[in-house]
Amino acid sequence: MELFEFYREDRMPTVFCPGCGNGTVMNCFFRAFNELNLPLEKTSFVGGIGCSSRIPLYINSDVLHTTHGRAIAFATGLKLGRPDLKVVVFTGDGDLGAIGGNHFINGCRRNVDMTVICINNNIYGMTGGQASITTPHDFLSTTTPYGNKEYPFDLSEIAVAAGANYVARWTTRHVHELTKSFKAALQKKGFSFVEVVSQCPTNFGRRNKMADPTQMLEWFKEMSVRRDKVKAEAADHVDLNIAGQITIGEFVERNRECYEEQMGVAKHG
Amino acid sequence: MSGTSQELFVQGNEACVEGALAAGVRFFAGYPITPSTEIAEGLSSRLPKMGGSFLQMEDEIACISAIIGASWGGVKSMTATSGPGFSLMQEAIGYAAMTETPILVVNVMRGGPSTGQPTRASQGDVMQTKWGSHGDYQVIALAPASVQEMFDLTVDAINYSEKYRVPSFILSDAEIGHMRGLLSVPEKIHVVDRKEKGIRRHDEAYDVPDEMVRPFPTFGKNNKAVITGMTHTDDYRIEPEDAKVHSDLVRRLSEKVLRNRKDINRWELIGEGSPTMVVSYGSASLGAKEIAATDPKVGLLRLKSVWPFPEEPVAEVASKCDRMLVCEMNLGELYWEIRRVAIEAGCKKVEFLSKIGGDPPTPSEIRHKLRGMGAL
Repeated sequence: MELFEFYREDRMPTVFCPGCGNGTVMNCFFRAFNELNLPLEKTSFVGGIGCSSRIPLYINSDVLHTTHGRAIAFATGLKLGRPDLKVVVFTGDGDLGAIGGNHFINGCRRNVDMTVICINNNIYGMTGGQASITTPHDFLSTTTPYGNKEYPFDLSEIAVAAGANYVARWTTRHVHELTKSFKAALQKKGFSFVEVVSQCPTNFGRRNKMADPTQMLEWFKEMSVRRDKVKAEAADHVDLNIAGQITIGEFVERNRECYEEQMGVAKHG
Repeated sequence: MSGTSQELFVQGNEACVEGALAAGVRFFAGYPITPSTEIAEGLSSRLPKMGGSFLQMEDEIACISAIIGASWGGVKSMTATSGPGFSLMQEAIGYAAMTETPILVVNVMRGGPSTGQPTRASQGDVMQTKWGSHGDYQVIALAPASVQEMFDLTVDAINYSEKYRVPSFILSDAEIGHMRGLLSVPEKIHVVDRKEKGIRRHDEAYDVPDEMVRPFPTFGKNNKAVITGMTHTDDYRIEPEDAKVHSDLVRRLSEKVLRNRKDINRWELIGEGSPTMVVSYGSASLGAKEIAATDPKVGLLRLKSVWPFPEEPVAEVASKCDRMLVCEMNLGELYWEIRRVAIEAGCKKVEFLSKIGGDPPTPSEIRHKLRGMGAL
């Protein structure tokens, strides 16, 4: 499949700013999807609200662009209603971890077969750069002009603790590893979660002395520490602390039977 | 009329379960809340045996989101809730209206605001059903007044939702939901399926012109559908800055419901031509029904559908009576709509009997009010 069979050429250019990490993620995802030879017409894409949640709108298949925070809940219904479809969710840190936090943890716990990709840019980009639940401590944003006095969520750690079958985190600097993880996630039965720490030079970098996207990629490279196959019981070692370190790797890979298999719904599809 | 296939002695909520299954619902997502919970319990047992899915979600926002998702898979979907849960669902109700997603929300109303009276009946959510989400939209809402109607109107609400691609509602209450009675399940049930994109056939939903209701692009059928709550065109373009696209879309969403009022509206008329007419719906209408059945001076217009507002039957009745009494279990919701239409139709006196606290107005309370109006 060509790139523009997968993405809607007539919808280009995208709404994303120059230097945004979303393009890298789109590219890696296309590669993974294409290499697996998955049927596009039998894959549905679900997004919430925010920059990363706009990615599905460019994909040349059925797309449900939903309300803020609820993408996983919509996807859960779609998958249970149509077990024959593959369901992929694109979301961001605010959409997934703040307003949609409850659906995120319960989605991991319920273990319905879907792949959730969270592009974590540590900021509310679309609304102009407000602090999010992953903005590192003391970093600046339009709503933390004196520095962020809250501490960030570790989304991957939450996914591990809540029971997802596959959890990995990379940055947009790690395109090969990210592509491999997308493939693993798409092939995993049950709830799979890939977090991509990504750059928002416009609204995060600019206020934190990294206005050039390459500065942010360099920063990701310097801060990243790889730690693979962390066992679920040792989840406290899966740590995201952007001010000090970004833990990357494949954190969990397990095979809890997914919800629809247990309910026998999968057979009806 | 077709015959009866079976007689069941059930609760109103259980009759709703039977109606939903008969109408073809195969997906339910719910969250426990009094006094609607029996609907979730019933479907958790029945759906898996019929190849359907039941999901207990983490909150009511997740419930309505999940049923919208399932509906896009082409599956008839519903949820059931009450006051606080209904409030949580409002944003997604607007999403369903904007994306023209067929879903049914059953609201077994209880006393509010807030936690209020979880086990007692009210009609406090009638306006919220139409105005609860932001922006302009129309919905279809039916108000059953018996166990039998919990079945019959659930079937109708699902059919209308499919036919017009609009969120539909059952506005029941704790009284009707928990009332027990005999349910006659009809042998034949009229079932409407949504008009699917790429298919043409003679069927109720297919007879609605495409200009009003667009064919439904079911997911997984290579429709490449882009469904969004943002302002959009029919060819899936997102145009939030285009005034014409927005105006055309939002006006059509309202018009497709309002222009089909005659198809949707249903009511029961007792004692037509009586000098005094009571107008009511749901459990609030039951006391008045006793009076109208025995007293020739008093009639009853019982609305079985409340949204879109049944202007024609209300105007017709109002033009022929001397006075009108509206009975509702709230501080005045549908009363203002009824009053507006009745006064315009020439009725000189429209009074209101409001009762809250959990019990429907009794016949003696209604008679007392009618005497005060000089009707008895």
